[in-house]
Amino acid sequence: MSDTQIDLEQFRSDIRAWLEENCPQEMRQPVKGEDDVYWGGRNASFKNDAQKAWFEACVAKGYTVADWPKAYGGAGFTPAQNKIWKQEMARIGARPPLSSFGIWMLGPALLHFGTEEQKVHYLNQIARGEIRWCQGYSEPGSGSDLVSLQTFGEDKGDHWVVNGQKIWTSYADKCDWIFCLVRTNKEDKYRGISFLLFDMETPGVSTKPIKLISGNSPFCETFFDNVVVPKDQIVGELNRGWDVAKYLLGHEREMISGGGLGDGAPSLGAKIAKVIGTDDSGNLDDPMLRAQLAQFDVDALAFKAMAEKFVDEMKARKGHPAKPNMMKYAGTELNKQRHELIMASGGSDALEWESETSNHGAKPRTWLRTKANSIEGGTSEVMLNVISKRILDLPGA
Amino acid sequence: MPMYLNEDQAMLQDSAREFIAGEAPVSHLRALRDENCKDGFRHALWKQFAEMGFTGILISEEDDGLGLGHVEAGIVLEEIGRNLTPSPFLTTSVAGVSALNAGGKALREKYFPGILSGDTVLGLAIEERAKHRPDQIAMAAERSGNGFKLNGKKTFVIHGASADALIVAARTAGSAGDSEGLTLFMVDKDAAGLSTEATRLVDSSVAAAVTFDNVEVDADAVIGEVDQGQDVLDALLHAGRAGSAAELVGVGSGAMDMTVDYLKQRKQFGKLIGEFQALQHRTSHLYSEMEIARAAVMKAQQLLDQGNEGADVMVSVAKAKAGRTTGLAVREGVQMHGGIGMTDEYDIGFYMKRDRALNEFMGDANYHANRVARMHGY
Repeated sequence: MSDTQIDLEQFRSDIRAWLEENCPQEMRQPVKGEDDVYWGGRNASFKNDAQKAWFEACVAKGYTVADWPKAYGGAGFTPAQNKIWKQEMARIGARPPLSSFGIWMLGPALLHFGTEEQKVHYLNQIARGEIRWCQGYSEPGSGSDLVSLQTFGEDKGDHWVVNGQKIWTSYADKCDWIFCLVRTNKEDKYRGISFLLFDMETPGVSTKPIKLISGNSPFCETFFDNVVVPKDQIVGELNRGWDVAKYLLGHEREMISGGGLGDGAPSLGAKIAKVIGTDDSGNLDDPMLRAQLAQFDVDALAFKAMAEKFVDEMKARKGHPAKPNMMKYAGTELNKQRHELIMASGGSDALEWESETSNHGAKPRTWLRTKANSIEGGTSEVMLNVISKRILDLPGA
Repeated sequence: MPMYLNEDQAMLQDSAREFIAGEAPVSHLRALRDENCKDGFRHALWKQFAEMGFTGILISEEDDGLGLGHVEAGIVLEEIGRNLTPSPFLTTSVAGVSALNAGGKALREKYFPGILSGDTVLGLAIEERAKHRPDQIAMAAERSGNGFKLNGKKTFVIHGASADALIVAARTAGSAGDSEGLTLFMVDKDAAGLSTEATRLVDSSVAAAVTFDNVEVDADAVIGEVDQGQDVLDALLHAGRAGSAAELVGVGSGAMDMTVDYLKQRKQFGKLIGEFQALQHRTSHLYSEMEIARAAVMKAQQLLDQGNEGADVMVSVAKAKAGRTTGLAVREGVQMHGGIGMTDEYDIGFYMKRDRALNEFMGDANYHANRVARMHGY
């Protein structure tokens, strides 16, 4: 489909009108806490009528996954249309109708590697928010060195029997299905891993939450004890799950790397100056902090330019394939720095762990949570290793 | 405008890369330095720049130039930076031309033919202090007869002693700190009362301190409008800052590439030093910073070319980011080269010297970070 300028202008005004009619005012406020976000799934409940109405209106039009084909539950938007959709959503501050690992992570992998049957079945479920997914990658002994994973799926003809343990499985205790890396061949470290999907209610699956330094956590330990997985629940080829995982990690890294930009405000310093105040000459009333913020704003705006360049290059297939690693490294380090500055700017107010005014310790909890940014999805050190090896071609890297 | 080079720009990059690396690699700078070249650059090379069409990149087609933009000027500047090529390109064809483009037709007709042919070199007489403070310009230009009489001193005028004309910022009204009352002038090098004192700088370039002792200029030497020079000065500064940021990215990339090559050759403890993770991580961090700096520079150039009002902030972001990042590149370069990096014989030290001079040119990273904070209201 080609987009002419006139068509796109019409499209934009149609979207604008639709949003005006269907996006409730309550859904145009910034997300404050966990229950402002709708994750879908078998046990999901809506926080209020507005959240329900907004979600259902979007599902009906395929707008939860607007750029996916209609046959898979999307709206079939072209890239140009999808960009307009996102712009118009952002313009009114609309909340995403559905937050989902299915949309961000599994969906793109299924679109690329799934069979037609898998696409029709799973992608439609994801689009309608029927199944909430979690990701089974890391194991207690296999974090950054993911290919050393031990969870084993024994071939029993028409099914596998899976035994082992996963860790850092986000929301495993609340999720319905898992996409999981399982060793199906013990001989080949890289080409012995398969990408399996299975129901968390299958007998033998159990979970245990992990509490983090931020006082709460989406993470769990997940245990598999003789879990039966049918053969048609593999994505991609047998023993080539690493290809699927790498593809998916690329998407995850792109998503995490956006974090350094914060909530779209162009200047962290400008925001903080309102809290701390300015001196007679209009300078933020803490010269050393002002200098740090100025440096940060330079870094953030430069990174924003890089993010734009990165997207443009990816679309035109001009970027180096290892560029997402660079973006992940730079974006997560920037985000950590951002929250260090927010804490320093908040002073004693930012230390409050339990109070109504502090939104139940939102600042310190977020600050502590960001420390995981440069660990999850591949540590910063692993990203630097990849850059050394694949981009700079350094010896033995 | 997508954030990568289009086909024409990629072709320009190819030809600039080949030409500059072929005609004026680092050994060219070394030779000029060793012979104590008076002007700090070769006029013959400047002629070749003209033959390549580079000198007219920012001159409109109407004025017989190529009518291209800051992105294209930046492509040439990045190669100049990578090879540490001494050239009046930045002062004359980028900053100087941008100022003249904001002026009248008569001045363009007077100076553009020489710039296009590679005969004319312009100097920028803006600075009055050791640190870049264009908002504190105090030099006086008093009305006198049909024109003006200039008195005062300017410093850090790159190529000032060999320039054919100087762009001079002075006060026709108000005092330091006012945005009204500035006027920019074209002053020819043989004007009576003009004296220049040339100084060799750390990077082997030649800058001048220029003294104006009752220098008389006609009214038609004014670029733009009397008392309204701020716009012309802004055009000059935007072009010069974005341009020097692009050149810095070239310097940083050149230093990084040289260092990465060295890491792949130098053995210690029975291993190539590039095998050591301590060095790999620092190099990968540097690569990441260089890519971000390059993106910031490209964004600034694109906004300038679009006449977008966001250009001002982004130009300062670009100069600040490129300044800090290239500083990192040259420090890591010398350190990772070890003892040999401290020798005059090895080129890496030349990169460190050029970075220092370019960082100071039109405001260092602190100046521009401060400016970003100001523009954001804190």
